[in-house]
Amino acid sequence: MDSLNSLLDGFGTALTPINLLWAAIGVLLGTAIGVLPGIGPAMAVALLLPVTYGLEPTGAFIMFAGIYYGAMFGGSTTSILLNTPGESAAVVAAIEGNPMAKAGRGAQALAAAAGGHFAGGMIGTILLVVLAPTVAALAVDIGAPDYFAIMVLAFIAVTSVLGSSRIRGLASLLIGLTLGLVGLDQMTGQQRLTFGSLQLADGIDVVIVAVGLFAIGEALWVAAHLRRTSGDAIPVGRPWLGKADVKRTWKPWLRGPVIGFPFGAIPAGGAEIPTFLSYVTEKRLSQHKDEFGRGAIEGVAGPESAASASAAGTLVSMLTLGLPTTAVAAVMLAAFQQYGIQPGPLLFEREPDLVWGLIASLFVGMVLLLALNLPLAPLWAKLLRVPRPYLYAGILFFAATGAYAVGGETLDLVILLIIGLIGFGMRRYGLPVLPAVIGVILGPAAEQQLRRALQISDGSVTGLVNTPFSVTVYAVIVILLAWPLLKKVITRRRHLPV
Amino acid sequence: MTTPLARSRRAWLREHSELGVGLLLAVIGVLVLTDALTMNVDTGQRGPVGPRTVPLVVGGGLLAVAVLLTVDVLRGGRGEAETGEDIDLSEPSDWRTVLLLAGVFLAGAVLIGPLGFPIAGALLFWGSAYALGSRRADRDPLIAAVLSLVTYVVFNNLLGVPLPGGPLMGVL
Repeated sequence: MDSLNSLLDGFGTALTPINLLWAAIGVLLGTAIGVLPGIGPAMAVALLLPVTYGLEPTGAFIMFAGIYYGAMFGGSTTSILLNTPGESAAVVAAIEGNPMAKAGRGAQALAAAAGGHFAGGMIGTILLVVLAPTVAALAVDIGAPDYFAIMVLAFIAVTSVLGSSRIRGLASLLIGLTLGLVGLDQMTGQQRLTFGSLQLADGIDVVIVAVGLFAIGEALWVAAHLRRTSGDAIPVGRPWLGKADVKRTWKPWLRGPVIGFPFGAIPAGGAEIPTFLSYVTEKRLSQHKDEFGRGAIEGVAGPESAASASAAGTLVSMLTLGLPTTAVAAVMLAAFQQYGIQPGPLLFEREPDLVWGLIASLFVGMVLLLALNLPLAPLWAKLLRVPRPYLYAGILFFAATGAYAVGGETLDLVILLIIGLIGFGMRRYGLPVLPAVIGVILGPAAEQQLRRALQISDGSVTGLVNTPFSVTVYAVIVILLAWPLLKKVITRRRHLPV
Repeated sequence: MTTPLARSRRAWLREHSELGVGLLLAVIGVLVLTDALTMNVDTGQRGPVGPRTVPLVVGGGLLAVAVLLTVDVLRGGRGEAETGEDIDLSEPSDWRTVLLLAGVFLAGAVLIGPLGFPIAGALLFWGSAYALGSRRADRDPLIAAVLSLVTYVVFNNLLGVPLPGGPLMGVL
């Protein structure tokens, strides 16, 4: 009941004309940027971060929520109409969505995706309202050793669950941790890796790292391999669903969040796994199994709903524990830090207006998304035909604008380019980008918690494992690390002749 | 005058260019370790763990990963290059474009101070589009100028994020 009242207050914040305007601008900008080929939600959010610099925090995060959902919806539009998903979460949307578009049912595919986003986002956000205060209340008592354990879990999960090579994930994480070390030590003021430079003593701004790795790195990498003949986008009319289609989609819409939400809340790679699981589930349950692979509408509706709900799940761990589980959440955490706000269990007590305004604006954003994007879909489809030189020149231009807006320093742009070149190299040699971003953002916080915990225990290592919570988390870490070995043992057992 | 031996060695190196990543990680590792070891830690240390501990762990980790990665590459492991919407991996890397873009970006960064954001930003966009293969001498500069000017006005006047106007804004 308490959270219901807080939510109503949140709606009071979110529904003021000015905040409604920010939400609408966020949804439109997010969709426009997300539709552009080659730009995933993480890059969209990083590129648009500077737009919010001049706003007060509540307005900024309301706009952010719109950008997030808009960018996700925009990404699936690209998948369906161009068959070339920009990020792993949108792969599944292309499997069934693109054949539908080719068969002249693009409007229905887009409507199924939009409906999925709406249903998944709504159910996911309701779950967020119900669960987040409880999680925050449970987490209020956890101390430095527990926080440190959670962060170690995030590091291990992000390097070993994602990607094909653990060594390369670890290399990426260490690069991020190194970048996070640059600057003054938070506890003693000792200069680290500054090489005597005054500007480096302030540390490297997280925004610059995120924009450098996601935007500049991507633009340079694409420039090195630019496809000279880009795929043709399929033109599309106004999305709508007939009665028969609605009958086939409403169940997948409702099933998606069940799969998507829990996966979003844990550090397991965001929407990638749940969209795939949802696809497999819908295929199994469908009465039109023969259509799968040739444009089955259930295969668009379910996964899109799962993806949207996983985004809401991501917000649970991000807001209550300060733990980002996806690249977008990592960038959002950086945005919170810009305003000097530390997400965590105390956020709901310290900044109730902000948090509940943000959550209420998620609902508002979802309605706006549906109301604005269905009529605008033909316009978004036109954006797919942007000449590629303009697109990537534009990414470089806005990345530079954003990095310069952080502090008005030319040196920041040079650092941005260097980090962009690192991002280029990482893409060339298969080092995943996400661990580096998580390393930069969580590294300094993890160090602080580690030192605080050891200070309390007077240097004894047992101070890191003296709570049941931290012991549990370390047990999960051991299982994660040992999983490939365990899997080998299990499969060998199974193959043994009886 | 390249002997077959030299040529095969070069081919081997090209095949194993990923070894460079290991080398780079090792260099960064040494850098982090040196920085940590040359730190003057007596000043105001609080608690048993000083400012050196974490850099030592990170530096050591970098060296360890450098070794592991090198072993992996020598055993035939390869990092998978990232794919995407506009990426065609069947062609070899186009280094000219990448260097040109980096150069344009650096020039834009240096020029923001003296020329102001609107002019430097327009040059950055036009230069990047040119490097990426756009050759419309009539349309490109116009789009660049409009984009840069609109961005300047939106950030500086509407969003309250100050950007340097430069001599152009002094005139207008």
